[in-house]
Amino acid sequence: MAKIIVVTSGKGGVGKTTSSAAIGTGIALKGHKTVIIDFDVGLRNLDLVMGCERRVVYDFVNVINKEATLSQALIKDKRTKDLFILPASQTRDKDALTIEGVQQVLEDLAKEFDYIICDSPAGIEKGAQMALYFADVAIVVTNPEVSSVRDSDRILGILQSKSKRAEEGKEPIEEHLLLTRYHPERVAQGEMLSVSDVEDILAIPLLGVIPESEAVLKASNQGTPVILDEEADAGFAYTDAVDRLMGEERPLRFLEVQKKGFMKRLLGG
Amino acid sequence: MGIFDYLKSKETPSSASVAKDRLQIIVAHERSKRHEPDYLPRMQQEIIDVIRKYVKIGDEDVQIQLENTADCSVLELNVTLPE
Repeated sequence: MAKIIVVTSGKGGVGKTTSSAAIGTGIALKGHKTVIIDFDVGLRNLDLVMGCERRVVYDFVNVINKEATLSQALIKDKRTKDLFILPASQTRDKDALTIEGVQQVLEDLAKEFDYIICDSPAGIEKGAQMALYFADVAIVVTNPEVSSVRDSDRILGILQSKSKRAEEGKEPIEEHLLLTRYHPERVAQGEMLSVSDVEDILAIPLLGVIPESEAVLKASNQGTPVILDEEADAGFAYTDAVDRLMGEERPLRFLEVQKKGFMKRLLGG
Repeated sequence: MGIFDYLKSKETPSSASVAKDRLQIIVAHERSKRHEPDYLPRMQQEIIDVIRKYVKIGDEDVQIQLENTADCSVLELNVTLPE
């Protein structure tokens, strides 16, 4: 049985696509056959973050409309074995995704894949609802900032009432909090909500904390998922999060203020 | 952080704790509304309109609340009539 994971947040710009790319890659690296689907119809971007934008021929909507087969639309990742991408369409037709169409594609993918990652668009409109509707697991990406936390709580409400599992009275979607763009220094100075503040408010289990990192922008500039960066804190933090998602215990890292070395302080680094 | 900043920080709570307090209040409020049916605000407005045919009341004089317990829902209507 394939596991369907939605990466969602409500608010835009918090790191859903970055996280989908990193987590999808991380799961595939463990040897599970994984596909990441871009649900952001009209604003396709997963292809850029994954570095396969020039290889897009057919997309998700083409498959739903039977204009292309799944194997024609799926893009095999060049770096990571067992990883595929299903790009979003650039159509402006917001009704391009239908519940029946999405269900058919997910059922077909489930025959071949172990994990299906749904990269949700921002907002709480149809596209976001479609991305979470069939999910077994939800990763709620949140920034330690008031509007993001509030929107995450809204999305949790939708997961608990408008998903297939909720409508059919099945076991609820497994919810995980992924806190991104975390600044330990600002938290220490009382300028930013801490991990425990956000945990207290949202009251869902913590999957991981991704520190604010220059490596994230660098990775998207290059079209490489940041989890493949072997020098970046953010990459390690995503690796830990994937391990926890797979049920392994990993202590939290990168929550402490980095002590500046003598030379760095001298040079004002 | 200079000594004056330190003294000042004793008086005013940090902006993060202000954020947490505000979030806890708004999130609790929105969660309580989450299970309300969509028709509730419209129904409240219609009830106000009906009462207004007979008595002069303001929009805030009608409180409407829906409480869901295990096997029954209670619709509580509170109207403050003028003296």
